[in-house]
Amino acid sequence: MTAVPREWRDPAWRGRLTAAIVFAVILGPAFYLTEFNPAVLWSEAGASAVRQFLSTFLPPATSPEFLWMVIEAAWKTVAIATVGMAIAILIAAPAALIATRVLSVSRLAQGRMALWPSALRTGMRWLLIFLRSIPEIVWAMVFVRAVGLGDTAGVMAIGITYGGMLGKVYIEILESADQQATTALLRNGAGRLSSFWYAAFPACLPELLSYTIYRWECAIRASVVMGFVGAGGLGQQMELSMKMLAGGEVLTMLSMFVLLIFMADLVSAALRKVFA
Amino acid sequence: MSATSDAAAQLTGVGLSYAGGVPALAGVDLHIARGEQVAIIGPSGAGKTTLLSVLACAIRPDAGEVLTLGQCVWQLSSAGLRDLRRRVFLAPQVPPLPPRQRVVHAVLAGRLPRWTVMQALRSLIYPVEAALAHAALAQFQLQDKLYLRCDRLSGGERQRVALARLLVSDAELLLLDEPVSSLDPALSVQALEVLQNEATRRNAALVVSLHAVDLALNRFNRLVGVRSGRIVFDLPRAAVTDALLAELYGAELNQSVQALPEEPAAVLRLSRCT
Repeated sequence: MTAVPREWRDPAWRGRLTAAIVFAVILGPAFYLTEFNPAVLWSEAGASAVRQFLSTFLPPATSPEFLWMVIEAAWKTVAIATVGMAIAILIAAPAALIATRVLSVSRLAQGRMALWPSALRTGMRWLLIFLRSIPEIVWAMVFVRAVGLGDTAGVMAIGITYGGMLGKVYIEILESADQQATTALLRNGAGRLSSFWYAAFPACLPELLSYTIYRWECAIRASVVMGFVGAGGLGQQMELSMKMLAGGEVLTMLSMFVLLIFMADLVSAALRKVFA
Repeated sequence: MSATSDAAAQLTGVGLSYAGGVPALAGVDLHIARGEQVAIIGPSGAGKTTLLSVLACAIRPDAGEVLTLGQCVWQLSSAGLRDLRRRVFLAPQVPPLPPRQRVVHAVLAGRLPRWTVMQALRSLIYPVEAALAHAALAQFQLQDKLYLRCDRLSGGERQRVALARLLVSDAELLLLDEPVSSLDPALSVQALEVLQNEATRRNAALVVSLHAVDLALNRFNRLVGVRSGRIVFDLPRAAVTDALLAELYGAELNQSVQALPEEPAAVLRLSRCT
């Protein structure tokens, strides 16, 4: 090894080695800390508990009134997720436009941004961190107290948390894409917003769209979870059924839920095909 | 300062180093008059692109003074700098076209410095000056590509679409980095002719970097030779001798030959592949 001349050595090697070691050092204690041990599932006590819980699910509830109620709740869940996402985009899109380095004009010449635009961008990033660091279920609990039980609380919780998440990822998508089209327009004196619409946006559209649709799917799931704290939709019904120990109803609703996610996947595949 | 009134661009003692400390430009003095047409030639890595970027107010040099269209570029406010950039057009070497954008919008992006954001958005919904884009493309025989997506074009077509963007702009200082590098010889001549006619019509200064020396000699009256970040010669066409050109490229060639002592081996490897 010592015989290899200096100029042939990969300069990135030492950094990669360090990263691998750091990763292993962090991962080991994490496993230890969580006491992760899948063997517990197969122990006699664990297995019988799981069996008992699942046996209450059969047979699924199929009365027409109940099915109709489930469909209505599912539709409401989709509506909560969709309206919540619309609000999230209204928060995330302007925030990303303000915070992204791609549209910085001061960056063009000096390679780094001027002081106060840089501060504004950092502040915007912090705001997005704040919005998404509080889990949507906590927001939901807050809003259930503020506006009462029901869908509004779910919509607002999704809007705020997902606004923070979308904003962060929009920024990253814009910054990881090829920026030379945007830079060329800015250098020729086009405005920031015009440059965005004529260069950064068409360059990133599939990624932006794909991630937004994925988040919409997550929002459907999240609105179910938030239903448990009274924020409307399928989750609220599921919580009632669980309280009444009606396992059959829970199973029906879970099946509905699988169907919802399956349809969301179809929709996202179709949209991606159109815009790819 | 007396010469600045007729100057499209003037560099005085300009130096620039990129991160890592390698000097890209050193002690560059250059004066380009309004309406003048100049070709920049020199070996790869000589600093041609950096020079054009400095002329375009795109990057700020570490040393020296840049005067563009009579203004002291790096003393301007950011609003003043943007106003100045509207009057300058820099076409980078790689056509800056988003793959999914349609040609009509890629060309009309040249209008953005003049348009408000509302006009820009309106044009994305329905192209407002499609006739203008069509006429610009027609100059490069690409009028039938108007509504095609940019990723459906060949490399040479993309390059000419980026040049058509110049035609719809109304910049007074036109800076083109290897504008015909993907075109065949006949198309190169034709494209340069379109650009030069447009520059003459606008009385705009035109600075073009070219790797095809014969093209530079045939089509430009003034040639600037750049090597290792310095201007080696700045002469009228008639004064550019073969000896000067050999020196401009030749020394570099010798260096590369020294760096690759196993050149015959490369040829052998090539023949084995076929």
